Amino acid sequence: MDDRPVIVVGAGPAGTRAAQRLVRAGLRPIVLDENDRQGGQIYRRQPPGFTRPAARLYGTEAGKATALHRDFEAILPDIDYRPGTTAWGVSGDVLLASRGSAVSELSFSAVIIASGATDRIMPCPGWTIPGVFSLGGAQIALKAQACAIGARPVFMGTGPLLYLVAWQYLKAGVPPVAVLDTSSYADRLRGLRQMAARPRVLANGLRYLADLRRAGVMLRTAIRPERIEDDGGTVGGIAWRTARGTLQRAACDAVGVGYGLRSESQLADLLKCDFAFDSVSAQWAPVIDGFGRTSNRQVYLAGDGAVLRGADGAEAAGTLAACALLLDRDHPVATAEIAALQQRVAVMDRFRQGLGRAFPWPAHLAGALLDETIVCRCENITAGEIRHAAQALDAPDINRAKALVRPGMGRCQGRMCGLAAAEILAHARGVPAEQVGRIRTAAPVKPLPLDSRIVP
Amino acid sequence: MSRAPSAAPRRADVVIVGGGFMGAATAFFLRRHGLSVILLERDLIGQAASGVNFGNVRRQGRFLPQLPLSNLSRDLWGRLPELIGEDAEFLPSGHIRVAFTEDNAARLERYAADCRPYGLELELLSGNAARARFPMLAPDVHTVSFSPADGHANPRLAAPAFGRAARRAGAHVLEETEVTGIGKDGEDFVIETRGQGVFRAPLLQISTGAWAQAMAATFGDHLRLIPRGPQMGVTEPVPYRIGPVIGFASDVTEEGVYLRQVARGNIVFGGGRRTDANLVTKRAPLDPLNTIRQMPHLARLLPDIARLRVIRTWSGVEAYLDDDIPVMGPSAGVAGLFYAFGFCGHGFQLGPGVGHVMAELIATGKTSVPIDAFHIGRFRGPDRPNV
Repeated sequence: MDDRPVIVVGAGPAGTRAAQRLVRAGLRPIVLDENDRQGGQIYRRQPPGFTRPAARLYGTEAGKATALHRDFEAILPDIDYRPGTTAWGVSGDVLLASRGSAVSELSFSAVIIASGATDRIMPCPGWTIPGVFSLGGAQIALKAQACAIGARPVFMGTGPLLYLVAWQYLKAGVPPVAVLDTSSYADRLRGLRQMAARPRVLANGLRYLADLRRAGVMLRTAIRPERIEDDGGTVGGIAWRTARGTLQRAACDAVGVGYGLRSESQLADLLKCDFAFDSVSAQWAPVIDGFGRTSNRQVYLAGDGAVLRGADGAEAAGTLAACALLLDRDHPVATAEIAALQQRVAVMDRFRQGLGRAFPWPAHLAGALLDETIVCRCENITAGEIRHAAQALDAPDINRAKALVRPGMGRCQGRMCGLAAAEILAHARGVPAEQVGRIRTAAPVKPLPLDSRIVP
Repeated sequence: MSRAPSAAPRRADVVIVGGGFMGAATAFFLRRHGLSVILLERDLIGQAASGVNFGNVRRQGRFLPQLPLSNLSRDLWGRLPELIGEDAEFLPSGHIRVAFTEDNAARLERYAADCRPYGLELELLSGNAARARFPMLAPDVHTVSFSPADGHANPRLAAPAFGRAARRAGAHVLEETEVTGIGKDGEDFVIETRGQGVFRAPLLQISTGAWAQAMAATFGDHLRLIPRGPQMGVTEPVPYRIGPVIGFASDVTEEGVYLRQVARGNIVFGGGRRTDANLVTKRAPLDPLNTIRQMPHLARLLPDIARLRVIRTWSGVEAYLDDDIPVMGPSAGVAGLFYAFGFCGHGFQLGPGVGHVMAELIATGKTSVPIDAFHIGRFRGPDRPNV
């Protein structure tokens, strides 16, 4: 009997439900949470002393958020909860996690990774000007600290988060100047049938749209970003082209940008899980079975870190991954429980495919980016330099391009720029994005203090 | 470089197997002698040991009989822009070795005396003089040995740059072309590849780094290569102020760390323990615990480094010979066959020089600097090192 602990990485919806299910079976998992308080990004909690009510913080999802927080607090005596702790590396079969400069070597019998996702970025001229935020960042500012990114923000990109964040800003008394979406009405219609798998969510989305329109927010679809305008070191406006090519602009003092999400899959990579290209999200993802098992039998994945199914999908997938782990070590799990979870996940998956059609990743924009546009902001690498790697330097894949001209070489290790850089490289070489591969993960997943020391 | 080699000739004066730094540089210099060249690389030029090392362009501390070759190579480093059209970020910023103990200081002094006849002039500074010259160093430095003309460069750029320059000069550089069989048929070497057919040449160079052992054995040259993975890392960028490459003078493995700052500000570091490398998967792990183990010794050299953060680490497949010096020169028994491999731990600085000298040797039969010490024949006979 392997008496090493089970580790759950992440304490958002997926990690919380996974830990809760393990506790119910009598296990005592270690739960690593990069944040100081449980909740993840979607149900992020305010710092101590902040007291906005849940209904205002989470809107229609307040019930789910408070249930998740309450359930986590209920299992606290039965888990080894480690907030503010980042899992950043793997040595042999030991997971390395840091809190500040203190590094723990954590051996495990199994690990459930519920590491979530970050915004997916498509660069455009001006996106590095102070005052430009990612959509998720704009949302966290509001949720955690009741700060708006500006008094007159514009939200640009595509995906459901675009409208949710715009609506949350509206409700918080900061009506956006405009919501600019690269996807078209035709795209929406293409995704509608599968999105109908979750009528309540779809209805919420339509309500956000209606509220925004009623409040006089400019809503535009099928746009092509032209540039975010610099007004003496801060955002002064935004310009875009309509589907017909007409140039339009709006004055604004902040921009939130996001084109869907990208999975935080680096730990799965360090743990040698197999990856495959997922055409729905147009990105590489770890390969999992219907339970969340990976090619490494000690590693299970759940939530947006594996498949981008959103918060509700993450809760189901978290419980499901825990059930798979329990089944794999001969704990009894009712067939009905598995069936119900898998059915829920299947609905989320259908919805996810609809979203993929309705709000497609605008890969074509990468090919059309001006050469001088910065793509990798850590290293100041432009689209033109990536094209130079593709052509004059003959880099066939993204890792070679990274070695030769440095996209993804900086502090974020390609977490922000990697997907766009790969798209630019693929376009310059005239091959599908899948063929240029993905940036190989190297430890540390997040920057590691050079005064780190191992603590028992 | 071509991945569609159908247009490439099937025959040349020289076939080079292995497109690391040594193979790419040899191909480039062979074209200057007017020989036709086909270079076969299994993956991409400079992807293994040539691309993952620290980037030291260092003569100081080298095996003494290697200094003539190293000096020649240093001259070539200074002329890279005129030779290959780019500088591979070579920065002749100097190189220092730092001793914290009497014993290590004595070793630095001895080496400084021994290398002088080879034309390498080192400056020794102790105590306050060392700290006045290099104020970033720790307060308890005993002695510093300074090599002003050494420096560092970017290993990810150098070998690919030589590969492209070789191609511009007329060499046929074929990437993603794996050699599956190698032999001799009368006067010609016959090199079979996976999917790209057979190549022939009367002259053959094997420069396949960690993978050279089996190929040399095919021709009756037996030796042992030990695959290893270096442990490298880099910090977030900070304003440029370090200058020289800084290395710890010590024979304790863990203390053997070194660092350099690149012009854009990041500090690259390496050293200490190595990991085992896998020749089949072509991967060498970086053990993050080795990164943690490097930290106190890096901070001993440069106390301020402890305030920074590591943003990336890497390793790659290297291989070492039992006596830690390379194999370079003709085969012991097969005419027309040449070797250049086993440079790990000190090969990056030698790259241009090895290419220059191997091309000389292959084209003219002689070399402008002595390389006898590196002959593969040292592994033959009763007194050979443990094979």
